[in-house]
Amino acid sequence: MIELKFHISGGDFDTAGTASSETKKILKQLNIDSKVIKRTVVALYEGEVNIAAHAWKGEVAVTVKDHQIVALLKDEGPGIADINMAMLEGFSTASPKVREMGFGAGMGLPNMKKNADLLEVESTPGVGTTVRMSFDF
Amino acid sequence: MKVSELVKELNLVVFSGEEGLNREIRGGYVSDLLSDVMGNATEGEIWITLQTHRNVVAIASLKELACVLLVSSLKPEQGTIDHSNSEGIPVLGTTCSTFEIAGLLYQKIKG
Repeated sequence: MIELKFHISGGDFDTAGTASSETKKILKQLNIDSKVIKRTVVALYEGEVNIAAHAWKGEVAVTVKDHQIVALLKDEGPGIADINMAMLEGFSTASPKVREMGFGAGMGLPNMKKNADLLEVESTPGVGTTVRMSFDF
Repeated sequence: MKVSELVKELNLVVFSGEEGLNREIRGGYVSDLLSDVMGNATEGEIWITLQTHRNVVAIASLKELACVLLVSSLKPEQGTIDHSNSEGIPVLGTTCSTFEIAGLLYQKIKG
């Protein structure tokens, strides 16, 4: 079993993508099916960007087990008021600055759902959000 | 078609990532929404966009796109250039608008 950990600071778009990029390298070294790697990095990148765009800070932990990759993204931040709304394609609460960068199109969580075999989102407004995704191979 | 061949044929500027000029272009994707590219672009495509920040290269690298093409004389930010050089993904430029360059590219790649 391999475990990777990353720290993400709110508002830091320069390092957003590091967890996905490092995870991709490790998964390739482990010879995991390229389709599974693709799904994992797309979903993980969206999760990283969500933390940078919305939260104050967050931690990403990726665990590679025998036949499954598990990604746990835990942030401290404003949380999600209505998770069902957040899951809808096109719904976004991103700031104008984030939208100008081409983020905040309301496709993040839907992309995560499409690419992960399992997606669980728990959030407490004013405290933070925890996202758990798994990918089977 | 290789990225280097396209650069010559369409007189494109190479800003960075020269190491990747041998990459093969298998198609194209036009979008300025990063999650759209993340969700829908395919490996080996040339990505036409007006976004110039470094996340563009992060996405191109994760999706294994052939290269990035900035339209309307836009220039990449320094962080984009640095990331492009370290990832070996070319960032190119053109004076053409998105509409014009997409039309020319379509003829070259699919025509």
